[in-house]
Amino acid sequence: MSGKPFFRTIFDVPHEEYFSPGHGLCAGCTAGTIAKLLLKVAGPNTIVVNATGCVEVSTTTYPYTSWNVPWLHVAFENTAAAASGVESAIIALKKKGIMDPSTKVNVIALAGDGGTYDIGLQALSGMLERGHRVMYVLYDNEAYMNTGIQRSGSTPEFAWTTTTPVGSQWKGKMQQKKPIAEIVSAHGTPYVATSNPNNFTDMMNKFKKGLETEGPSFVHVLQPCTTGWKFDPRYGIEISRLATETAMWINWENDHGEFRVTVTVPRRRHVRNYLRMQGRFSHLTEQEVNEIQDSVNKKVENINRLVGKTVIGPLVE
Amino acid sequence: METIAKSIWKRLPLSSNYAVAYAARDSDVDEIAAYPITPQTTVVEKLSEFIANGELLAEMVHVESEHSAMSASIGASAAGARAFTATSSQGLELMHELLHIASGMRLPIVMSVAARALSAPLSIWGDYSDVMNTRDTSWITIIASSAQEVYDSIVQAYRIAESVMLPVMVAYDGFMMSHTYEPVFVSEKAGLFRDYIPRKGRVVLDTKKPVTMGAVANPDWYYETKYQQVKAMSDAYGLSVEADQTFSKLYGRGYGLVEEYNVDNSELVILTYGGIFGTVKQAVDEMREQGIPVGAARVRLFRPFPLNELRSLLLKSKAVAVLDRSFSNGLPVSGPLAVELKSMMNSYNINVPVYSYIVGLGQRTVTEADISKIASQALSSKVSNESIYWGVRE
Amino acid sequence: MPAGAVIMEPGNSAERFTGDWRTFKPVINQDKCTRCLRCWVFCPEPAISIVDRQYTSSSGRAWKNSVEINYDYCKGCGICVEECEPKAIDFIEEVK
Repeated sequence: MSGKPFFRTIFDVPHEEYFSPGHGLCAGCTAGTIAKLLLKVAGPNTIVVNATGCVEVSTTTYPYTSWNVPWLHVAFENTAAAASGVESAIIALKKKGIMDPSTKVNVIALAGDGGTYDIGLQALSGMLERGHRVMYVLYDNEAYMNTGIQRSGSTPEFAWTTTTPVGSQWKGKMQQKKPIAEIVSAHGTPYVATSNPNNFTDMMNKFKKGLETEGPSFVHVLQPCTTGWKFDPRYGIEISRLATETAMWINWENDHGEFRVTVTVPRRRHVRNYLRMQGRFSHLTEQEVNEIQDSVNKKVENINRLVGKTVIGPLVE
Repeated sequence: METIAKSIWKRLPLSSNYAVAYAARDSDVDEIAAYPITPQTTVVEKLSEFIANGELLAEMVHVESEHSAMSASIGASAAGARAFTATSSQGLELMHELLHIASGMRLPIVMSVAARALSAPLSIWGDYSDVMNTRDTSWITIIASSAQEVYDSIVQAYRIAESVMLPVMVAYDGFMMSHTYEPVFVSEKAGLFRDYIPRKGRVVLDTKKPVTMGAVANPDWYYETKYQQVKAMSDAYGLSVEADQTFSKLYGRGYGLVEEYNVDNSELVILTYGGIFGTVKQAVDEMREQGIPVGAARVRLFRPFPLNELRSLLLKSKAVAVLDRSFSNGLPVSGPLAVELKSMMNSYNINVPVYSYIVGLGQRTVTEADISKIASQALSSKVSNESIYWGVRE
Repeated sequence: MPAGAVIMEPGNSAERFTGDWRTFKPVINQDKCTRCLRCWVFCPEPAISIVDRQYTSSSGRAWKNSVEINYDYCKGCGICVEECEPKAIDFIEEVK
């Protein structure tokens, strides 16, 4: 499955747009970037099944839709199940000759972190176990942004949210972020990857591999949220870049059991650079920042050991 | 009927659960997403056998919950498949939010429900608490009283659903019907119902004509969308009559929307739904032999409510005792059918005494003797205005 | 109105303009623009397109295409401004 990446430079990105403007996502919402690039990879022979969430409510306010491919929303917690139904229907209709058996249709489930880590985990697990050919794309903005920034299983430790406020007793979220991609991998899912919109060719190559996978695939994309993370809307991509450069976020893939880090970081930056750009971490003491740095250091060590060489380099600044 | 039976039917001993499975097979369903729950389970077992041995070409989605069963059914139906599912009790409750979504999205899904009590306390046994809890979900609801009717109603359900674009549930008694065997005529040849339930074009997720399904509706649009559902449910009334009459013409069996039994010249009509109707009819026979003028009726179509048939029944009735196997706690009259009948009578200025009896909860046995005693009490007119919890130990 | 609030016309959100959300307006300096397309690839609306319009810069560099912002949709987030490597996009306060 390895070999030359399909999208190598920006000039490989298709010009066709299947995601229309006029949607109601916040100015600077990187979910728009992700959805737009996702459809550029998938093309018109695609059905998107979207969980309740920011993308869903912002792009399909009746009578307007931003989607130029067939699109379905059912509820919050069941995107993987609804997508399973869509995929099964296509198989059945092809077998019966009601649908042209040569038609190739991509089925994409698109959900946020709440709809994946928390309320949607059961349906996702079922879909993975049954082996539906569905690419599940998780846009992870690390909280329930659509309802107004409440903590989710994806919210990282210390992050402020409206339900993990900073006070005399609480200092933001007190628990770790759930390792969702590893949980998905543990199902034996043939293709699992993490990416972020700054590394758009990496992200698009992963979408492409996910769609080419016989069976389920899972692409976990970090989605910096201007409103919930509290940064100026212009910095969404910059923060996405810093996430990788600090190894707060590591772009990897598990391609049929073959694990690799796809975006290597020769010289790693201090997590301070990532954290200090975001209001949700503004209450952090230097000690807490260093605690986060320590945990990232451990994660990097583990990743390098797993890969067998230094793919994420030493801390330089 | 005999000539028809000889040519196209095979007579099999079937439980209502198996009758459901045969009907889904003979309706040529494309996708089945279901999760095991007592007493529905043998429906899905039999359908799995049909697929496993090539008798039915369909995809089985072995979902991890009823919530996902209905979600997958919605996805499959939206993608153009003829979707089927089956459940009971807690499973129907777990699906609840999706029931509203299936009807709101106007998807012609058909579901069978082996009606069962709701927890707590846990009871795997039959009553209609689960079905009655779905009254506000905009699902067309048929309640059958024999395995043959279950089979025929599933087929009819696809005709109704795909005409009016609302989902249909076909309910029947958990255990008393789901697990008891009756002779049932099932289709001898494949495609018997092909013209009765033809494949029709409808708006689906089609890459050649991309649509957005399940959009957000602001206050500007929500109300109208819901009102369309009201109109559709109203249309479903006539279409249910049509589906039953056409079925009867083609296949020799019809049921109507309200079945009457010895109603003429009666002082009291015992009105109910589901399998208990058999016991009620026997009790009526026994009472008639003793010269007690009682009749019986059952509601077969619960949603839309069979207004005309019930009005005509009430015109012939001097008093009505309604037997409900469910209750809505907190109301003086708590039997769902009794409440709805009274509401309808009030709207149409019909004034007949209605006595509400709660019976058979969690499969508490209801015998012919119970029915006779209820009838005697109702005939004496010494009956509470409130629901009577028949036979309960206080 | 189609049953079930189905939206029959794909991509018709383009009929709804979001340009009036803007408080700052990105303006591409075509002379400085290197056509690297980063603004185009990251724009979340998308409100930036590659247009078939030739441009010759003051230094004599001839471009076959230009990059253009559609102000009907641009919400003025500034991602293009931030991500522009040659710093060819000015961010100007809207005067209304």
